[in-house]
Amino acid sequence: MRRTVFPHKVLPWLLLAPQLAITIIFFYWPAAQAFRQSVLREDPFGLSSTFVGLANFRKVLSDPSYLNSIKVTAVFSILVAFCALAVALFLAVQAEKIVRGKGFYRTLMIWPYAVAPAIAGMLWLFMFNPSFGTLAWPLRQMGIAWNPLLDSEQAMALVVAAATWKQISYNFLFFIAGLQAIPKSLLEAAAIDGASRGHAFRTIVFPLLAPTTFFLLVVNTVYALFDTFGIIHAVTSGGPGKATETLVYKVYNDGFVNLIMGDSAAQSVILMVIVITLTAFQFRFIERRVHYG
Amino acid sequence: MKIVNLWAVGMALLPFAAQAQTEISWWHAMTGANSEVVDKIASDFNASQTEYVVKPVFKGTYPETLNAGIAAFRAGQAPDIIQVFDVGTGVMMGAQGAIKPVAEVLSDAGFTFDKSAYLPGIVGYYSSPEGEMLSFPYNSSSPILYYNKDIFEKAGLDVNAPPKTWAEVWAAARQIKSSGAATCGYTSTWLTWIHTENFAAWNNVSWASNENGLAGTPELAIDGPLFVKHFQELADLGKEGVFVYGGRTSEAKQNFTSGECGILTESSGGLGDIVKSGINYGIGQLPYDETAEGAPQNTTPGGASLWVMGGKSDEVYKGVGTFFNYLSQTPVQQFLHEQSGYLPVTTAAYEATKASGFYDTNPAREVPILQMSGKTPTENSKGVRAPNLPQLRDIQNEEYEKMLAGEQTAEQALKAAAERGNAAIKEASGG
Repeated sequence: MRRTVFPHKVLPWLLLAPQLAITIIFFYWPAAQAFRQSVLREDPFGLSSTFVGLANFRKVLSDPSYLNSIKVTAVFSILVAFCALAVALFLAVQAEKIVRGKGFYRTLMIWPYAVAPAIAGMLWLFMFNPSFGTLAWPLRQMGIAWNPLLDSEQAMALVVAAATWKQISYNFLFFIAGLQAIPKSLLEAAAIDGASRGHAFRTIVFPLLAPTTFFLLVVNTVYALFDTFGIIHAVTSGGPGKATETLVYKVYNDGFVNLIMGDSAAQSVILMVIVITLTAFQFRFIERRVHYG
Repeated sequence: MKIVNLWAVGMALLPFAAQAQTEISWWHAMTGANSEVVDKIASDFNASQTEYVVKPVFKGTYPETLNAGIAAFRAGQAPDIIQVFDVGTGVMMGAQGAIKPVAEVLSDAGFTFDKSAYLPGIVGYYSSPEGEMLSFPYNSSSPILYYNKDIFEKAGLDVNAPPKTWAEVWAAARQIKSSGAATCGYTSTWLTWIHTENFAAWNNVSWASNENGLAGTPELAIDGPLFVKHFQELADLGKEGVFVYGGRTSEAKQNFTSGECGILTESSGGLGDIVKSGINYGIGQLPYDETAEGAPQNTTPGGASLWVMGGKSDEVYKGVGTFFNYLSQTPVQQFLHEQSGYLPVTTAAYEATKASGFYDTNPAREVPILQMSGKTPTENSKGVRAPNLPQLRDIQNEEYEKMLAGEQTAEQALKAAAERGNAAIKEASGG
């Protein structure tokens, strides 16, 4: 294979410079700051700081509320990723079956993606707040003791629903594209062979969608872990108790509400390690089984 | 030609004209009607003299403003004046090198600073253990009781006699629920500020050792018997559906303004929203526990104060001093008090408001002042202070929520809140 070699030495760097600058200023520099702060104990104003080595990490990892927040994050992420993928796949398959008005339905399905997380959170809060929620009242009339302000499980259900709702559109879009890429001839051949719709879906459609599903699994996990801060902040603020305090929310709460900079920075570093491991793991082990068409 | 010359001269002089005025930045967290008051006070001050220009900048909620100030300080870009909420007082006091005490700013600027001119309950809270006033109390409030007169009437309660003690509140709330006048008898905002910190002061019981932290590092005493009794009663009412929990901060106000709940305890600063909702409301003093000795004592101030940041030029400090002196003048305080519902800071402003007959038409406005300054504060009622008060409130809220959800008793909740809180205080004070 021949490599194309450009004669210029400076121009490529010049063209890369804006992107490199953004990466360094907005990614590497804050990350380095997080590392620095994670080994220091500082007062909020930074007037005095002492080097404490790994003491912040030891403290964080032995803190029962941190372990609780790991559990909360795991439950939350698995639920959001699974629900968002399952519902989106179902809707995409159904939308493909429609003959007339496909565009209309698709547009409606994609709309929620344009809503900012904090706004999505507020929408769900307005619907389900126990005192002024429009849907909280009918729920209570049906005999359900609806009170996410005090009931941990209901609070979790509410943030999972809001986060899932927001992500379905995105998944839907990719599943639609994936479904359209599946050759019709395969499905027709299966039909001729007498395969039922369900059987064809299981043995042809689903495996051929695997690359899309895998990609979405990664994206959804990262979304559930990191992009749902706005929703949790707006709907539950981590409560009741610490029932919906995810790792990211705890970083914010410890750093910006409780002003414990060292702990918060140590948690950020741990999060960074988690993300790197997770992504590496997903690409290395799960990707192998994926059939790229 | 002549016109051109004049224009040129004018342009050349302009920078000098601008330099002659010292700019003073004021970061605040006031919204709605209260932010209009801020702008009015600043522009009136700017018009009253020519040397200084105060520029108010809205920085978001109270915690957001504090965080913005801290971040700006770390970047060497701190504002001159920053409004910090009551809970952040301990944080600011801990930052010795970052701030300049207000008493010093005022006397350096050539004003005689007479501490006795200020309401003692308020000024005591914003002073160092040595008695030096550290920040300027801009907006102070106190928790009071609101009740819905229509619901009271429907429930067969006396609309002109709001419940005075907690036992009376519980009884009235139960009657409201059982008579069907409303689905919820009682709700409250801020369980930490009202039912813990002010509950302690008003009933003259200790919130923490070392004069509630004002005289040194505090050790929480919130698992004491009176707290346990009070919170168990609250939890029981919650189970009966008579008490409805609204949230950690002021969310419960909505349960009251929507007509769902008959009685509410909330900050006096929340009056504006209740007036706006148009419900037929009445006001009473914060209830006390009749079994507590010496109750009611006095309530402690909430709200926010203005802090002066360190490391500024003498010129700026002189301007800040002039501005604070202007702020403490009687007409300005009276305007602030009548417009915003916050308390006046000086005794003179209070007397002037009283003399003007304002309280005859707005009796509710006097309740928080009487509550706060009715008695000389004891060591239990000067206020509470900790280096990490926001975190302590967080911990309390978590335990209270678990208690109200029926996962633990009041005794367990308060014990856990005190233990976790004390561990956090130790950590925060470098132990």
